[in-house]
Amino acid sequence: MTIRLNGEPFEIAGPVTISALLAELNIDPRIVAVEHNVVVVKKLQYETTMIGEGDEIEIVRFVGGGTLYDF
Amino acid sequence: MTSDPLIIAGRTFGSRLVVGTGKYPSHAVMADAHRAAGADMVTVAVRRVNLTDKSKESLIDYIDRDRIFILPNTAGCYTADDAIRTARLGREVGLSNWVKLEVIGDERTLFPDNVALLEATRVLVAEGFVVLPYTNDDPVICRKLEEAGAAAVMPLGAPIGSGLGIQNPNNIRIIKDQARVPVIVDAGVGTASDAAIAMELGADGVLMNTAIALATDPVAMASAMKLAVEAGRLAYRAGRIPMRPYASPSSPVEGRITPVAVAAGGRAGG
Repeated sequence: MTIRLNGEPFEIAGPVTISALLAELNIDPRIVAVEHNVVVVKKLQYETTMIGEGDEIEIVRFVGGGTLYDF
Repeated sequence: MTSDPLIIAGRTFGSRLVVGTGKYPSHAVMADAHRAAGADMVTVAVRRVNLTDKSKESLIDYIDRDRIFILPNTAGCYTADDAIRTARLGREVGLSNWVKLEVIGDERTLFPDNVALLEATRVLVAEGFVVLPYTNDDPVICRKLEEAGAAAVMPLGAPIGSGLGIQNPNNIRIIKDQARVPVIVDAGVGTASDAAIAMELGADGVLMNTAIALATDPVAMASAMKLAVEAGRLAYRAGRIPMRPYASPSSPVEGRITPVAVAAGGRAGG
């Protein structure tokens, strides 16, 4: 199936849980937050939240910034 | 002087200097600068994970989380909705309900959009966030943000990254006079004296990023800022003398050995 991941189309065999997606991407769930169709998902719900065709997923983390800029 | 902690929403901070995590030459220099600044709160931005290059070291590994409280910000958000979404994501990454709320209204100046800021503050306060809004140095909007439930107000000293220093000292003083929540001057500091001035005006703290991160020697500048914030705070608490247009001798005028004709003008020594 195709989902939108951080704004880009992304192919993954599905449906999958958020936990499975993070594992597939090799991302440590402790240092990110995930939004599923514009709703933040609690970490405790990663195992049970299913991602389906066309869903929009945002995965974010903390980066350097005080005011506006990345580095 | 007795211990003089900064208390925001019931949480105690030993340092009144809050620093950023952006624009440093390296993570290691940032960590050294944080140590030199003595800061126990740092602010971080929330951004998409880079899915093509995950090799980048995590910023979080370079923040001493036993000692330093992480304050997620909504830097780069231009609407209330984006800022609210970012705040919610930041809460989930960091598992704290604090947010430095920024809603930018103009790209060139990075001045806040006060209308959207107030709206986002109301929404996030209702959701249980501890909201620290970055705002213009306007006493009226600061009062409204406080009434909306902001845990502190963070008026700018000058545009973000400008290094211009405190452009509107009297406004900062008025904001502090009327505020019942802490006032943190956020942005515009260029060098140590700017931070000292903010504190002398009565600010409860100063937040800065660029002035330290882009200094030629960020670690040395972090030390300078630490001393400046402490000096400014002490001077504020000590109670400065009033300004006056003419001299006032500091030594007794009686008992001088040279008789001086008590005539008009020019008699007082230093």
